[in-house]
Amino acid sequence: MYLELRNVDKAFGDFQAVSDVSLAVREGELVALLGPSGSGKTTLLRIIAGLERPDRGQVLIGGTDVAGIGVQYRQIGFVFQHYALFRHMTVAQNVGFGLRVRKPRPSAAAIAAKVHELLHLVQMEGMEHRYPTQLSGGQRQRVALARALAIEPRVLLLDEPFGALDAQVRKELRRWLRRLHDETGITGVFVTHDQEEALEVADRVVVMNTGRIEQVGTPEEIYDEPATPFVYQFLGNVNRLPCRIDRGQATLAGLTLPVPEFSGLSDAPGIAFVRPHDLDLAVGDGDGIPVTVRHVVLMGPSVRIETVDAAGQTLEVEMSRAHWNALALGPGTRARATPRQMRVFPGEA
Amino acid sequence: MGEAVLRRKAWTRPGILPGFGLSLGYTLSYMGLMVALPLLALFVRAFGGGFAAFWRAATAPRVIDSYLLSFGGALIAAATNVVLGSLLAWVLVRYRFPGRRVVDALIDLPFALPTAVTGIALTALLGPGGLLGRPLESLGIKVAFTPLGIGIAMVFIGLPFVVRTVQPVLDDLNAEVEEVAASLGASRRQTFLLVILPTLLPAMLTGFALAFARAVGEYGSIIFIAGNLPHRTEIAPLLIVIKLEQYDYAAAAAIAAAMLIASFAVLLAINGAQRWVCRRSGRI
Repeated sequence: MYLELRNVDKAFGDFQAVSDVSLAVREGELVALLGPSGSGKTTLLRIIAGLERPDRGQVLIGGTDVAGIGVQYRQIGFVFQHYALFRHMTVAQNVGFGLRVRKPRPSAAAIAAKVHELLHLVQMEGMEHRYPTQLSGGQRQRVALARALAIEPRVLLLDEPFGALDAQVRKELRRWLRRLHDETGITGVFVTHDQEEALEVADRVVVMNTGRIEQVGTPEEIYDEPATPFVYQFLGNVNRLPCRIDRGQATLAGLTLPVPEFSGLSDAPGIAFVRPHDLDLAVGDGDGIPVTVRHVVLMGPSVRIETVDAAGQTLEVEMSRAHWNALALGPGTRARATPRQMRVFPGEA
Repeated sequence: MGEAVLRRKAWTRPGILPGFGLSLGYTLSYMGLMVALPLLALFVRAFGGGFAAFWRAATAPRVIDSYLLSFGGALIAAATNVVLGSLLAWVLVRYRFPGRRVVDALIDLPFALPTAVTGIALTALLGPGGLLGRPLESLGIKVAFTPLGIGIAMVFIGLPFVVRTVQPVLDDLNAEVEEVAASLGASRRQTFLLVILPTLLPAMLTGFALAFARAVGEYGSIIFIAGNLPHRTEIAPLLIVIKLEQYDYAAAAAIAAAMLIASFAVLLAINGAQRWVCRRSGRI
């Protein structure tokens, strides 16, 4: 493992920002730390960079513990959310800063050549002599990235790299970052609260909540097999249905599910999670949750149907338009909601 | 008329704020009344007896020595204040220590003290037999009635200007900028010299200009400690007062006009330096 965290803890006063986090990142991997604000992801990033000291635990880079190595010597590229460009320096001076302070200092020609190469990489040629105030948000972001890459970092860390940009630029830069990563093969960790961003850009996603890791996995694993109720709710839309768990069986209104993993529980409360596109509607008798269609929204090729069950709880269903038309249902009609895939977790609703 | 409208368009930028004519008129008449008119009166008085008389009064050896003392002392004091004041601002912004707020409040004291109070306080401290004056004298260092004493008084009154101009800029300085510099491999020293200092430079120059201007014109807090020996410790403002007391209004006005021109030149030069610094940092 190239970058490794072992049982890292960090508190600020009474607030436990990170608790007992262990994580391993392979060389050349791009990992996303995904979570709501306050989940400890930025603190974790700062601990890796050496900008914060963990209260407990280890950080290893390339197999060596970096506890005694200050931020200045870690050779880690850090891109801040608001870029933190040097305002009194031109684009070229910003990018060349890491080389200029290096000992021994490279020749001016060597620095200029490297700066030119990096500006080419981030598509900012011809902007060498501009000052940061004369650049757009996306351009500043790319200058910050080029500046971090100039020191040939062992790990590249990005804090909310697209957080301050508008949607269009964001989308473009996202693809561009993925391509840049594939070209340079650099090991990278980025922080985001945007699930779409994490799923689209990262090789692996680490979902965090209240300072702990909830789940680590590929984007598919995270989305298709959420390990905890939190991950289920944080990624995409989901319906939550209260149920009872009794000796390996979960019972909902009109439905019984085998849950062998909870065979030790008897008559315990639970919550069933089901995504709208994993629910189907059927008419006539049979298994399924009895619901009434309340509202229908057409969204291009798909249809989102809002239904309510007997207890008054809203259930969202998503299906293709053709399928919906074949069902011949409408607002006010009754139907059965049948899940294709559903996960049950013990706990109060 | 159409032409007049067009011509006006060329130098006023169309904006959403109304009342350009009114506000410009107000500004110009206020400036004229409060600043330009008294200065004009000064020049009329100074040149009332012809240029030769002005030149004689403004360049007498005793007067030249007083200019050198006033301007030289003010420049040195302002430079000292830039270093000490910036350091003080740094400590006040960056560190939390007991009594910080008291120190912060004390900084403004030279602003608020009547100048005569400052003068007497400094003389009591540094004069012969004073609290610090006596031990210093036994070491062979004479402060009162020497240019050194004048310099100390000038540093005292100029200090708040530098602290109060540098402090807000330091407050605004983003910690992330320093963190990014460190992550790029810069030492604390390099971060300070290459990142922090250039950011502070415009504010330091402003502080320098203000401290300088105050020290050049200072009278009350200096004359007690200066001793006022002609050619040695006689500052230019005092010389103006002496001329006035001798009813030599023309000579007083001549010295005043010469000081005015010199002060204006120095401030213009500092302003030029500031524009240069700002342009270099892309702030204009």
